[in-house]
Amino acid sequence: MDWAWVGENLGRIRGYALQHLFLTAVPVAAGFVLAFPMSLAAIRWRRLYAPLLGFTGMLFTIPSIALFVLLIPVTGLGPLTAIVPLTIYTLLILIRNTVEGLDGVDPDVREAAEAMGYTRGRRLLGVELPLALPVIVAGLRIATVTTVGLVTITALIGAGGLGRLIVDGFTLFFPTSVVVGVVLSVAFAVAADLVLLAGQKALTPWRAGRA
Amino acid sequence: MELVAQLLDWFTAPAQWTGSSGIPVRVLEHVLYTVAATGVAVVVGLPIGLAVGHTGRGGTVAVNTTNVGRAIPSFGIIVLFFFIFGIDPVPAVIMLVALALPPIVTNTYVGVRSVAPAVTDSAAGMGLTGWQVLREVEIPAAMPLIMAGIRTSAVQVVATATLAAYIGLGGLGRYIFDGLSQQVLNQVVGGAILVALLALATELALGRVQRLVVPRGLQARSRQAALDAKLT
Amino acid sequence: MRFRRSTLAAVILLLAVLTGACAGGDALEGGGGGSGGTVVVGSANFPEQLVLANMYAQALEDVGVKTKTRLNLGSREVVFPALRSGEINLLPEYTGALLDHLAGGESTVTEPDPVYEALQEELPEGLVALEPAEAQDKDGLAVLPETAEEHDLATYSDLAPVAGDMSVGGPPEMETREVGLPGLKKVYGIEFAEFVPLDTAGPVTWEALQSGNVDVARVFTTQGIIEARDWVLLEDDKDLAPAQEIVPVIAEDSLSSEVETALNEVSETLTTEDLTDLNKQVEIDKRDPAAVARGYLREKGLVGE
Repeated sequence: MDWAWVGENLGRIRGYALQHLFLTAVPVAAGFVLAFPMSLAAIRWRRLYAPLLGFTGMLFTIPSIALFVLLIPVTGLGPLTAIVPLTIYTLLILIRNTVEGLDGVDPDVREAAEAMGYTRGRRLLGVELPLALPVIVAGLRIATVTTVGLVTITALIGAGGLGRLIVDGFTLFFPTSVVVGVVLSVAFAVAADLVLLAGQKALTPWRAGRA
Repeated sequence: MELVAQLLDWFTAPAQWTGSSGIPVRVLEHVLYTVAATGVAVVVGLPIGLAVGHTGRGGTVAVNTTNVGRAIPSFGIIVLFFFIFGIDPVPAVIMLVALALPPIVTNTYVGVRSVAPAVTDSAAGMGLTGWQVLREVEIPAAMPLIMAGIRTSAVQVVATATLAAYIGLGGLGRYIFDGLSQQVLNQVVGGAILVALLALATELALGRVQRLVVPRGLQARSRQAALDAKLT
Repeated sequence: MRFRRSTLAAVILLLAVLTGACAGGDALEGGGGGSGGTVVVGSANFPEQLVLANMYAQALEDVGVKTKTRLNLGSREVVFPALRSGEINLLPEYTGALLDHLAGGESTVTEPDPVYEALQEELPEGLVALEPAEAQDKDGLAVLPETAEEHDLATYSDLAPVAGDMSVGGPPEMETREVGLPGLKKVYGIEFAEFVPLDTAGPVTWEALQSGNVDVARVFTTQGIIEARDWVLLEDDKDLAPAQEIVPVIAEDSLSSEVETALNEVSETLTTEDLTDLNKQVEIDKRDPAAVARGYLREKGLVGE
């Protein structure tokens, strides 16, 4: 490890970290915005669920580097080329957990809400969603941690956040840079995971004391 | 449409099917990386998951450690170990094992833990030793979840083994990385299709294995377990 | 019937995903190039390019031009389209290699001046090749000293009779580029037993040659590693590789007289020896490319202290 290099390059490293944050947050957020209505549709129209899972599962098997490369002629070497595939990869996990989470709500609770005069929409927002939150957040956590790792690969197509440290370290045969990239990427994933977990705990106070 | 024609050209060129960079060799290399990595992950991960699940000790530590494992960027790991081992399958296998371990450990642990205490207690009451309880009761009952974990791992490994080509190794990633450098997109698409097909084949093959190793009474639960597994 | 309906649903979803993702992404487009007077300097994926691009960027900053670097992006096949599309505005290039890329291997000139003139003809509209440097970095082939001794190799021509038993490693694009395998076959009759795709004369290639994974490796003639490892650089005795003078290629929109003057000053001083020394500092001494570039510009008095 060349600690002097780390000290000299702190500014650059910080820039890459911020870019990494951007390249993680946007796809996960966009993925959730897309997955949520799809999940509701899959619950409403059961028949959609299997093809939806099959299709997003199929997308999941396409190697990320291939999708990134194929987008270069369309969206260039920029962040958009990274963001579109990363968004696609979050869909499987987010849809599955949202549907399973909402499905898992106790039918008795649902009936009780209905009996109390809740409309369909209010029941979803006021009762089912809060109860499904732990499972939905579990999906968000997996999607986020996975995305943080995949972002590093986008360095190969000119984006990359902390992945730039890995690719540049490779080109220059300079392990310090690679180690810094890997360690910060792991730290970032763990931190993001903990933040989401804390957010979930704050939003579901009635579960305090349970795992 | 033009791409489809180019793709057909790519797949049907005779040169594509022979020699050290032909499709059969690349598929074989890819399969070897996958089998080696998934195999090592099973050999290492299964005992850990079983031990932790059976004794109930160290569960949080094991699950948290493997969750951190999920956060390790595959791409960084292969580059890092390239510095140590050079152009060798070892860096690729290490990267893939790191990727494959978390689902296997977590699913095995959860599978064993989720066996009802009443069942294991009565097995112990019937005079089974701890070892026998594990072998006769807990492992068979946990099998749907264990297999679901292995399937998840194997499919991810197939997709990620692509990165081996970055450090000069073979496998189907060659088509994608070489296509990137030369901007020959039909080759990239061809490579991606082959990887996706291989992932599908892996999923189907392991599904077959699952039917063989899961006790008949638990077959119906397998599908549900596969879904549940992903939630944990 | 059921199957068809679920297929239809899948197709509709695909369209929804793609349009949704694209629409969502557009609004979030991050740093683009070009606008606002900032010159975006790009580079290909090998150390020399990182030094040169940093050099250009620092020289421009010194005369008050705002710059941004996007380095180590990939091969010419990836980076040059980005220059054309305006994602980057300035790129260190090599006259002969770029000419080959643009002319699709049809070019026959090899001497520096004709190559530069032909390049100017071939450059797409909107791009300008400024003054080239005297410094040249060509594609070369290197072997281990043992191999050279065993087969008595000093030139490419010496390779022709023995290549049939040898493997060669280089960047993937070597397989299709004119100065790569096609040219070796055409000009020298060299046909290797096997081509192993590696990286752009980087760590994978070094490792592959040193450990015997390949017998012959595609290197750059200015690489410090060649001398450091005692490799034998074979002579391109029939001039397959055309002149490869370092030349800044820039988008017309980013060109001003001060930009032109600053970049030309860099080209004026740069020699092949300088380039080899700079590469050595990065590859062997592990110094940061930006620091190496700064050191050079200061030494030549091209930027203030």
